Amino acid sequence: MRAPSRSDMPETGRSFGPFRSPRLRTVEAWLLLLPSVVLFAAFTHLPFVRTFVDAFFSTPKGRRPSHFVGLDNWSDLAHDPIFWKVLINNTWYALGTIPLSVGIALVMALWVNGRIPGRGLLRMAYFTPTVLPMIAVADIWLFFYTPDYGLFDQIRGLFGFAATNRLGDPSSALVAVMVVAVWKEAGFFMIFYLAALQQIPPDLRDAAAIEGASRFAFFRRVIWPLLMPVTLFVLVNAVINAFRTVDHIFMMTGGGPDNATNLLLFRLYELGFKFWDQGQASALTVVLIAVLSTLALVQFLIAGRGVHYR
Amino acid sequence: MSDVRIEGLSKAFGDQRAVDAIDFEVASGELCVLLGPSGCGKSTTLRLVAGLEEPSDGRILVDGVDVAHKAPKDRRISMVFQSYALFPHLSVAKNIVFGLEVRGVAKAVRAERLARVAAMTGLAPYLDRKPSQLSGGQRQRVALARAIAGEQPICLMDEPLSNLDAKLRAEMRLEIRALQQRLGMTMLYVTHDQIEAMTMADRVVLMNEGRIEQQGAPAELYERPATTFAARFIGAPAMNLVPLETSAGPVLAGVRAEHVELVEVGAGRVAGRVKALEYHGADTVVAVDTEHGGDFAVRRPGRVRAAVGETVALAWNPTHEHRFDPTTGRRLGAIASSPSNSEPVRS
Ligand SMILES: Nc1ncnc2c1ncn2[C@@H]1O[C@H](COP(=O)(O)OP(=O)(O)O)[C@@H](O)[C@H]1O
Ligand SMILES: [Mg+2]
Repeated sequence: MRAPSRSDMPETGRSFGPFRSPRLRTVEAWLLLLPSVVLFAAFTHLPFVRTFVDAFFSTPKGRRPSHFVGLDNWSDLAHDPIFWKVLINNTWYALGTIPLSVGIALVMALWVNGRIPGRGLLRMAYFTPTVLPMIAVADIWLFFYTPDYGLFDQIRGLFGFAATNRLGDPSSALVAVMVVAVWKEAGFFMIFYLAALQQIPPDLRDAAAIEGASRFAFFRRVIWPLLMPVTLFVLVNAVINAFRTVDHIFMMTGGGPDNATNLLLFRLYELGFKFWDQGQASALTVVLIAVLSTLALVQFLIAGRGVHYR
Repeated sequence: MSDVRIEGLSKAFGDQRAVDAIDFEVASGELCVLLGPSGCGKSTTLRLVAGLEEPSDGRILVDGVDVAHKAPKDRRISMVFQSYALFPHLSVAKNIVFGLEVRGVAKAVRAERLARVAAMTGLAPYLDRKPSQLSGGQRQRVALARAIAGEQPICLMDEPLSNLDAKLRAEMRLEIRALQQRLGMTMLYVTHDQIEAMTMADRVVLMNEGRIEQQGAPAELYERPATTFAARFIGAPAMNLVPLETSAGPVLAGVRAEHVELVEVGAGRVAGRVKALEYHGADTVVAVDTEHGGDFAVRRPGRVRAAVGETVALAWNPTHEHRFDPTTGRRLGAIASSPSNSEPVRS
């Protein structure tokens, strides 16, 4: 890193602070950064390195301390059917929740950005799930899903349908928790889209209308490209959330039935803090981090091209 | 080519009438300027013609066909916005051919039009740039080029030059006028700048508070203003107005600065003290604080040898006098009585 040279500074500011020479200024910059660097290293980077190392060591048990086991943890993980089931679950979970929550967010934003009566109320209604903690959201949906007494079954009952147990049925449980995630996320992403839409000058719509663009053509050729930076940002967040938010799993299913709703992070919690299997947990952590970094990188490389930043 | 006729056009926002039953006509190939102070309803009128606003009442006829409820794209118009409304993510070239693309014009035709329009507007070297990489004047040209590229017979412009500096504005006035004549476009041009109106227009429609105050050729508005509003809005400095007592009752007499002479004290029609001198080179504008209370502007060629605070008398040839009804502000047809037996009202 290079400290700004003196010629970069405005005429009046001969130097910031008491240091005059460029080298001293570099030192000054690092000193200013030091507190956050220390905190970041101590609580983020070091634990990550430790985890990576732990993934090659056995779990300490009683009087037997941890020892180097090479790739044993990894091969155990690879032979664990639950790991594969969880990985596949999480893939479906991501594939389902990401496009849905981003898509719904965009549609809602376009809708409440228009001139409709009561749009303030509508915006607030859409945003409410975001304000609620995930635990509260899970609680609400637990009630919706309750067999017989829940909202859904009561409505179904009015039309004479039988009770259901969506969270208890392995074939529907994953979809049920995905719906909760989408409900919670979409409003949050909508706010970003709404803010971006309001930055687009209304004259552009008028100009496009005069030039003969249909509403769809205007969306495809103007709105969508102008929203691209937001879409990229929202997507990165959605991907991270799909692998990171498991609060509702704790509340609603505990990963069951039969691991039908078990996700990578929840599995990691089980391995690390229920079964105290440090080796497996470390290996799974590395897998999780690898998955997330790869996805983020791919997004920036693919979608980052041709994005128009103002 | 196309002509536009506006009949009884109104637009109300809530209970405010932004445009109030206006009628005017733009002949084919004519440049008609909608002129008026800010907030008088010019932009609203233009947006009604463009189809960006739904009229509350009235008809908009293009070549005799009422288009008042047609979509903007079906009105055979193009438009230049005050903000230019360029698409920020598209290159200059893509901005220019945007309309051709969405209308499905063949690629070869698009390329040919782009080349022609770019040459006409001097944008050829900038076609690959984004609008953010252009100067204000260049952006203005892109907006112009986009409007021309569609080859629509009618072009609407909403204060297209208001974001440019004075020198560029003077250049672009000539350029837009030349382009309009060369392409034979029918143009409706909105401005609050009376100099733009006077220099560019075939016809001026002067608006005030949603209504038309007067319309006609620029010289007509200057030489025979129909109301005191028109008299004071057109021409700089504004026309001088003095209350006069005549045999037919009180009138407002109007006289332009260039028709007023400084004469010997006691000889003139109005007396006053010199308040300020504005030397323009070719002429000087003298602001005189008159005895009836109002300011009076006098324009004399060259330099004027007068001092601030000096007492002066003002005179003018009665043939240059305009007369208005002091209550309605409307022009009085003939001069009511000979000027010799009329006396300025003493305050
Ligand atoms: N969309 C709108 N909603 C409410 N009032 C408006 C709207 N557009 C214009 N107006 C009002 O109509 C009047 C005329 O506006 P406008 O046509 O923009 O004036 P001009 O272009 O002559 O300055 C103004 O008083 C303005 O406040
Ligand atoms: Mg306006």
